[in-house]
Amino acid sequence: MATDKNTVLAIDNLTMKFGGVTAIDDLSLHVNRGEIVALIGPNGAGKTTAFNVITGVYEATSGGVSFGGSPIPKGITPDKITKLGIARTFQNIRIFGSMTVLENILVAKHMRTKQNVLTATFRLSRNEEKRVRREAEELLDDQGLLQMKDEIASSLPYGLQRHLEIARALATDPQLILLDEPAAGMNPQETQELAAFVKRIREKHGLTVFIIEHHMDLVMQISDRIYVLDFGKLIASGTPKQIQTNKRVIDAYLGSVEEDEPADIKPSALNAKKEGAVNAES
Amino acid sequence: MNNIKHRRNKKILTAVNVALLLAIYVAVFVAEQVLPQTSMLFVVLKKGSIYALIAVSMNLLNGFTGLFSLGQAGFMLIGAYVYGIFTIPEEFRQSVYQYFDGGVIHFTVPVVIALVMAGAAAAIFAALIGLPVLRLKSDYLAIATLGFAEILRALFQWKIIGPVTNGSNLLRKFPNFNDFNIKGADGKVAVYLSTLIPFIVAGICILLIVLLIRSSYGRAFRAIRDDEIAAEAMGVNLFKHKQLAFVISSFFAGVGGALLAMYQMAIQANAFTSAMTYEILLIVVIGGLGSVTGSCLGSFLFIAASEWWLRGLDGGTFLGINAPGIFRAGFRKVVFAVIIMLVVLFYRKGIMGDSEFSAKRIAERFRRIFMKRKSKIEVVENE
Ligand SMILES: Nc1ncnc2c1ncn2[C@@H]1O[C@H](COP(=O)(O)OP(=O)(O)OP(=O)(O)O)[C@@H](O)[C@H]1O
Ligand SMILES: [Mg+2]
Repeated sequence: MATDKNTVLAIDNLTMKFGGVTAIDDLSLHVNRGEIVALIGPNGAGKTTAFNVITGVYEATSGGVSFGGSPIPKGITPDKITKLGIARTFQNIRIFGSMTVLENILVAKHMRTKQNVLTATFRLSRNEEKRVRREAEELLDDQGLLQMKDEIASSLPYGLQRHLEIARALATDPQLILLDEPAAGMNPQETQELAAFVKRIREKHGLTVFIIEHHMDLVMQISDRIYVLDFGKLIASGTPKQIQTNKRVIDAYLGSVEEDEPADIKPSALNAKKEGAVNAES
Repeated sequence: MNNIKHRRNKKILTAVNVALLLAIYVAVFVAEQVLPQTSMLFVVLKKGSIYALIAVSMNLLNGFTGLFSLGQAGFMLIGAYVYGIFTIPEEFRQSVYQYFDGGVIHFTVPVVIALVMAGAAAAIFAALIGLPVLRLKSDYLAIATLGFAEILRALFQWKIIGPVTNGSNLLRKFPNFNDFNIKGADGKVAVYLSTLIPFIVAGICILLIVLLIRSSYGRAFRAIRDDEIAAEAMGVNLFKHKQLAFVISSFFAGVGGALLAMYQMAIQANAFTSAMTYEILLIVVIGGLGSVTGSCLGSFLFIAASEWWLRGLDGGTFLGINAPGIFRAGFRKVVFAVIIMLVVLFYRKGIMGDSEFSAKRIAERFRRIFMKRKSKIEVVENE
């Protein structure tokens, strides 16, 4: 699978143990270029851990990850992996709270600017700084955050902080973006807008999207394929249709979600209309 | 349109800031020509400007990059020694290094070059200890850097390297600030520059630090401070950037140490204690972690209070009250400690927090007061 030209991300027989806890147990999956693939499962299933292994926060106990056909070397630091072209957002928002919205984006641009500490300090790379600022402002404009570019990031409302995190991830110029519960804490309308937005950034930036999400209507609506994780093990994979009717998945996960969050399951007419509006705009 | 207006406003504010700074320098120069040289004001201005540089260099690390390091006195020591060792004129070496047969170094370099060397030596040392030390978590980093500073203090007094460092004896007779005063034909000083010189050197260094902080690298430093994990996920190489902040901070601490040597006219390793680092840390915290102007203000206030305003508390008479029973040696330190505790209690985040003192801030303050008044008037009119 890893040798397939179309495969952007491949996880092969990955196991991740924390002391006695096996957070991920022999997981294999792959994400193809241009796909939106979802990773779902109950709390504690190991989804975030998978993202943390892919991005180098944790080193896998065994098994490996390949990106763009070549294995990611063991032990390389997260910044190197970001440089390869994998960006991420965090389940618990991690923006640079004391910095402005624009500065948050500029930090993500830092690694790809052509300058060193002397040219930067002595303002010899002014053009580079200007170019980076222009690109950052375009990204913010895209997220509807441009008017707030000089606000302190931590003063933004929760939903906008999530958008800022996505914008910041995009600013690293990724081929693959990992979104960890981007709709957490968003209301149904915002969630619907996010669905349209994820599709839009895929087209615009030629992205591949790997998304963890508990909002099932969002997942079913945007995913090309879905992987389901339970207690660290892969219990199902397939198209949204296949997953929705999979007995094991319903037992392990979907059934319980329906009880918890019934509003999430069926997209309402209102939401559908809203999406139309967003699409018409772009 | 709004943008153009915004940009013009920004330009005006920058101009006001520059004008304010220039005015300070002119005032220092004029004061030096008209006031008696013995005025305590000059102690405060000289030592204050040097401490300002050292505090800002520490703030770069502790306030802007979020690395809790306590090695400042060690880097100052290196800077002071490198400056002294390479600037003592040849004719004085025999008397300075009297126990070491005139020492082993027999050349001198110009003051400016010696200042750069002082910084460079501190920076090189920082780069070396940075490799192991910067991988430590913050509390351990503080302990390790403090330890290194103490080791340096002992090392520089070691007899074996006495021919270079003069052992535990004073290094003296190197160029100091008074040597920059311009003398007239009659041999008397015509133009005093002894206060302006540390102001200029410290000013240039602080300007460089500010330029760094406001560059792409400075943003990366602040990102590390705000959230290391997120910074790394955004492609910021943590070790490289921490190392950079550490080396640059140490460079300027080294220059600051050299300036302190010039001010004190003598160097002894024993004086660079951890208490000195704590003093600077105190200035940084009082001024505000993450505020350059805070560190500068804090430094002048600290020096003025400890060296000047509270002097009477040790000397029998304070604010015209003569009470030798209470106001005697050591009482100043007690009062000083209380004041600092009060400042820290009431200004949790220091005088400036993490904002800067600037024309923009003053303008905003005024605008807010004005708006409040206006809205009050409107309320009154509505009633
Ligand atoms: N650093 C760690 N040390 C020890 N155990 C960990 C660590 N990180 C995760 N775990 C454990 O691994 C398991 C999987 O956690 P993970 O955060 O990946 O779940 P998740 O699928 O993202 O859940 P959620 O939907 O709640 O976010 C949990 O049992 C968790 O306690
Ligand atoms: Mg999770």
